[in-house]
Amino acid sequence: MRIEGKGLIDRGQQINFQFDGHSYQGFGGDTLASALLANDIALMGRSFKYHRPRGVLSAGSEEPNALVTTGLGAAQEPNVRATTLELHEGLVTKSQNRWPSLGFDLMSLNDWAAPFLGAGFYYKTFMWPKALWEKLYEPVIRNAAGLGALSGKHNVETYEKAYAHCDLLVIGAGPAGLLAALTAARAGADVILAEEDTRTGGRLNAETLEVDGKPGAVWAEEITAELAQMDNVRIMTRTSVVGAYDQGTFGALEKVPHDVSMRLGAPRECFWRIVAKRAVLAAGAIERPVAFRNNDRPGIMTAGAVRAYLNRWRVATGRNVVVFGNTDEAHRTVADLQDAGVHVSALVDARHHAKCDLDVPFYAGAEVCDAGGGKRLESVTIRTAKGTENVQADCLAMSGGWNPTVNLTCHMGGRPTWDRDIAAFVPVDGAVPGLSTAGACQGDFSTHKCLEAGVAAAQGALDDLGLKRADVVAPAAEDGVYDIYPVYAVPGKGRAWLDFQNDVTVKDVKQAAVENFQSVEHMKRYTTQGMATDQGKNSNVAALAVLADATGRGIPETGTTTYRPPYTPVSIASLGAGAQCKGFAPERFTTSHKATQEKGAPFIEAGLWYRPSYFPKAGETHWRQSCDREVNMVRNAVGVCDVSTLGKIDVQGPDAGAFLDFVYTNAFSTLKVRRVRYGFMLREDGHVMDDGTTARLSEQHFVMTTTTAAAGQVMRHLEFVHQCLVPQMDVRFTSVTEQWAQFAVAGPQSRDLLNDLLDTPIDDESWPFMACGEVSIGGVKGRLFRISFSGEHAYEVAVPSRYGDSLFRTLMTKAEALGGGAYGMEALNVLRIEKGFITHAEIHGRVTAYDIGMGGMVSGKKDCIGKASAARPGMVEESRERMVGLKPVGEVKELIAGGHLFDKGAEAVSANDQGYITSVGFSPTLGHNIALGFLKDGPARHGEVVRMVEHLNGVETLCEVCHPVFFDAEGGRTRG
Amino acid sequence: MRITCPICGERDRREFYYQGAAVALDRPEADAEPEAWVDYVHVRDNPCGMTRDLWYHEHCGSWVVVTRNTATHEVIETALASDIKEQGA
Repeated sequence: MRIEGKGLIDRGQQINFQFDGHSYQGFGGDTLASALLANDIALMGRSFKYHRPRGVLSAGSEEPNALVTTGLGAAQEPNVRATTLELHEGLVTKSQNRWPSLGFDLMSLNDWAAPFLGAGFYYKTFMWPKALWEKLYEPVIRNAAGLGALSGKHNVETYEKAYAHCDLLVIGAGPAGLLAALTAARAGADVILAEEDTRTGGRLNAETLEVDGKPGAVWAEEITAELAQMDNVRIMTRTSVVGAYDQGTFGALEKVPHDVSMRLGAPRECFWRIVAKRAVLAAGAIERPVAFRNNDRPGIMTAGAVRAYLNRWRVATGRNVVVFGNTDEAHRTVADLQDAGVHVSALVDARHHAKCDLDVPFYAGAEVCDAGGGKRLESVTIRTAKGTENVQADCLAMSGGWNPTVNLTCHMGGRPTWDRDIAAFVPVDGAVPGLSTAGACQGDFSTHKCLEAGVAAAQGALDDLGLKRADVVAPAAEDGVYDIYPVYAVPGKGRAWLDFQNDVTVKDVKQAAVENFQSVEHMKRYTTQGMATDQGKNSNVAALAVLADATGRGIPETGTTTYRPPYTPVSIASLGAGAQCKGFAPERFTTSHKATQEKGAPFIEAGLWYRPSYFPKAGETHWRQSCDREVNMVRNAVGVCDVSTLGKIDVQGPDAGAFLDFVYTNAFSTLKVRRVRYGFMLREDGHVMDDGTTARLSEQHFVMTTTTAAAGQVMRHLEFVHQCLVPQMDVRFTSVTEQWAQFAVAGPQSRDLLNDLLDTPIDDESWPFMACGEVSIGGVKGRLFRISFSGEHAYEVAVPSRYGDSLFRTLMTKAEALGGGAYGMEALNVLRIEKGFITHAEIHGRVTAYDIGMGGMVSGKKDCIGKASAARPGMVEESRERMVGLKPVGEVKELIAGGHLFDKGAEAVSANDQGYITSVGFSPTLGHNIALGFLKDGPARHGEVVRMVEHLNGVETLCEVCHPVFFDAEGGRTRG
Repeated sequence: MRITCPICGERDRREFYYQGAAVALDRPEADAEPEAWVDYVHVRDNPCGMTRDLWYHEHCGSWVVVTRNTATHEVIETALASDIKEQGA
């Protein structure tokens, strides 16, 4: 019910919204919770397990009950806390975990079955038969218990991530945080003030307390206005700091207000990584509920929440309120309610010595032990030394004291300590390097102490930062003594809730202790206490107090569970901002991409690159037709293929040759200028890392090529070898992969095609096999390499990237005129398998030079990376799986990469495994499938028939082991 | 986590590639005993406390030796691997 008074709402701004299909009105500044309460809606959700009717418990981000689903369609968002959801025009919300409706929920039958559904019931009940667990029990339980659901559709909303740096990060903008920020800002520090609420002020917005002779909220507004004018201050409201990480890094989630996020391209949320030289945690405290029978009835909430709804939003949470507490705040709650004209029918103070100077029925040394009602609280039972008494009430304001919000101080392994005086855990100094605490989060519960602590924490940080302290004095404010009589759970029969969100009762925790789950971490997992969106913010301390009691230990000995990030829920969408769809794997296109698309070629991914699979011609209905044609084209005429994706590394310096000798197994210092050599490099453990050709353009200038996928790894490796092993060598590396567009021109007519383009024609004498050098193409300076990955007379021609598109189109047209054309990866693969050339399918990280038949390429005359390890016994044994060719000889002609090899008569089990197939292609040249693979002692078994078994597809093929070079073993075509 | 690159200054760890223990700097002579090579290539300590390891700063291409505490995550010192190597440390 909305009452008179100013509060912090804008009555001039009426906002229409929906909850469960009904329309309501609220005001600017309302949350969904305050607006629903103003409309006398107390029932906002159903509980997780028992489907009990639930109302709002709190007025902050710790809310366990009032979770709703917002939005429609794909953007539907579940489990939004009504207490932090800003009301906006047209907001559509619905309650969760109920069927068919919130008022009439069939699943509330679970509540009647509660005796069978206690802690660990599913571990015990659904043991047998085992097969039913996955098929029946789990789906049924999952369906019955739970929170809201995602839409299941692709979320089209925008999310963002961002980085910020500052001298001082102040977390929380209550009295302590505001003064910490002001002190540091006046000293000239670069300050970020982060506040999860929509406005600064913290508890000052919810209380009637004065600061500096003004209402607290007014004082907070004035300080905020001063901060907002300073260039060295950034105020980030709606920003929850969710995690503390190494070296002053903090994670924070900013929720963008609805009117801004609706603008084109604006994000809904932004995940910040804030790097702060120093930080002050002024996160405040969270009020503890008290466990007693039926303490989960809608209308029962924390006293602090009742004051917040009253003072900030001008909402009376009931017409007839009972207040139950164990500190002076219970009395302040009564005073605030009475001042606002709300009837208070009882003040129940657990402290025996408490005095009351208010005009209200007062019960000292008493407690509330039961609550009546269903979908709304109707009465409470008060127990005193004299007996019990029933009191009518539609709202109970309860307080078990306050828990300092120590969470962030524990994110790097710190554990809080128990402070007996305030009956709560407080943070340990230095638990997060560079972070100090101030105010209620370190157990200072008076407003004045918070203000003083804010100044002091900032001064300390300024000292650390080497800045001169600013002269700020904490203003006059409330400075009461926090006098608490601890009450966690009121004894009695029936179910008393500790964890509202997970339906964990006092009984469940005691049951866990009985069943020997006595460690707090075990109890948590057995009962599920402290899980889900509120992460036990409301229940942890009371639950472990009950556990301590049940196990005969003290609270400090029982300890807390581990506090982990995030402090409040963070959407995966914001963590992954920018990495959705293509953002997850950016696309790299070659200069020939457009021309290739125009030819209708399907693309295949190679790392982030996109390369053509094949170039279909009219009438071709199957990729194999295109592939076979392209292979024949290269073998008989000329083909053109973009090979720009291969890594190109420029290696220069006086020691370039010597350096290459060290990274490659074979020698490169002996390579003549204008010549190319094939080489491969090993990892230091003796296995092959990568292969490729390296050209010597001049005495001190080499260009190395790497395989497409290994370009980054090889670059890093070269830098490693140079900087970490041989820094005395004068050599430098630069990746030039994207600077050059490079095309293979392969086939008997390759030279004819090139001579049609080159400003100075070439012949076998000027450009023999493995020659390289500069050429001029239409006046453009390029490079020409006579190398071949197809086994044909072939070249690779490179031009600066900006000429790539033009050159590719020209090459394609001229090739077509010669009866050739462009070819794709499928044909390239067949061509190289026919020649027994390796790719990373073969050099997959577990093979040695010896295994691929290139042991002789490891030079005996010099040291190189991996040489010592490659020579170890076991790395050069004949029985190793070594490379062979395979061709089908039986009835079945199919070969499959990944298929394993067995002796002809042996059973196809791993104990009999003889090797495996790495590459397969249909050779149009030979008219059958061919494969490369690895076979134990393979080179000695040429001619033997083995059996390929591929279990996934159920294929068995007899194949003959042969030399891996299937075609033109002498290499005459390459040289010709 | 923040690592100070000797060339670029303090940077987020996402800019770095982690290699492993800085033992990799001390490559045995080519003719060293196989045991020395096995130690160099394969055998690593797993200390709780101080450790020296190699990180590659992908932005500038520097290999950096980072001295840090695996228990507290404190970064004590960073230096260019090439400087350490040339100083014979």
